[in-house]
Amino acid sequence: MKGNLLLLLSLLCGIGLGAADATLGECIRHYALPTCLLALLVLQVGIGLGSNGDLGALLRSFRWQMLLLPVFTIVGTLSFTALAALLFRDWSVGDILAMGSGFGYYSLSSVMIADLKSATAGAEVATQLAAVALMANMVREVVALFGSSFFNGKGGRFAPISVAGINSMDVCLPTILRTTGDKGLLPLAVIHGIVLEISVPLLITLFC
Amino acid sequence: MFIILSLLLLGMGAGYALRGMRGVHRVEQSTRFTIMLLLFAFGVSIGSNRALVADIAQLGWRAMVIALLGVVGSTVAAGVFQRVWKNSGKKGGAA
Repeated sequence: MKGNLLLLLSLLCGIGLGAADATLGECIRHYALPTCLLALLVLQVGIGLGSNGDLGALLRSFRWQMLLLPVFTIVGTLSFTALAALLFRDWSVGDILAMGSGFGYYSLSSVMIADLKSATAGAEVATQLAAVALMANMVREVVALFGSSFFNGKGGRFAPISVAGINSMDVCLPTILRTTGDKGLLPLAVIHGIVLEISVPLLITLFC
Repeated sequence: MFIILSLLLLGMGAGYALRGMRGVHRVEQSTRFTIMLLLFAFGVSIGSNRALVADIAQLGWRAMVIALLGVVGSTVAAGVFQRVWKNSGKKGGAA
């Protein structure tokens, strides 16, 4: 819990500082800091797993059924996201599904929606939809990170992976392994992230 | 994707090679620290995006609804997957 509060505090400090000084955001982008940190994170996760000792058993645990989890994540996410069309009648079901198809991949999904929709619906609508997609997928990432043990309790040990979407293979991976207490979930979490990463551009193109 | 996968494999190889070294298990603490830094950088990019901050009040709740529906949907789907997983495990004779 204390660890989660520290994480939340870092996020809020970042938002506050970014809002106070916009040049800080440019600075971070200029040095590609998030990409470097992500690379460092994945490397550390790898070292942690490699030094664990039972690496062989982990790799031998691959099963073909693992490829089904991302399919379940896609079907579950999209069938529930479609319900938003009942609330937001000014948006089409396709637009709503496109926004839900990011699975936490906020950078790619928002850029793709902005690009694809500006050709058909005009720049203003496209920017609006892209902003909502960006926020919705950021919220998903944050919820997955902070609520991992909650989802583990509610939906079983696969739920934190499914909720994390594409982030199950990087940002959320250490949290998933810690909250479920099952290091054997590693291959499943990584495969889940990879399959979703491939599906994001395909689904968005389909719905836009 | 390939970069991430190769970094993960590289890390696993390095971790395996260094598994006897003292202090290598402290990597879990440094991992948490890296996530903190990553979230801080993520926060800065949200905060410094003026257009996004201006839109938050107007469109933020819609984004929240879409995100939460997706989260609920995937939690339900994960529950169903767990049943499929268990059943296939029984058939295959594995746990």
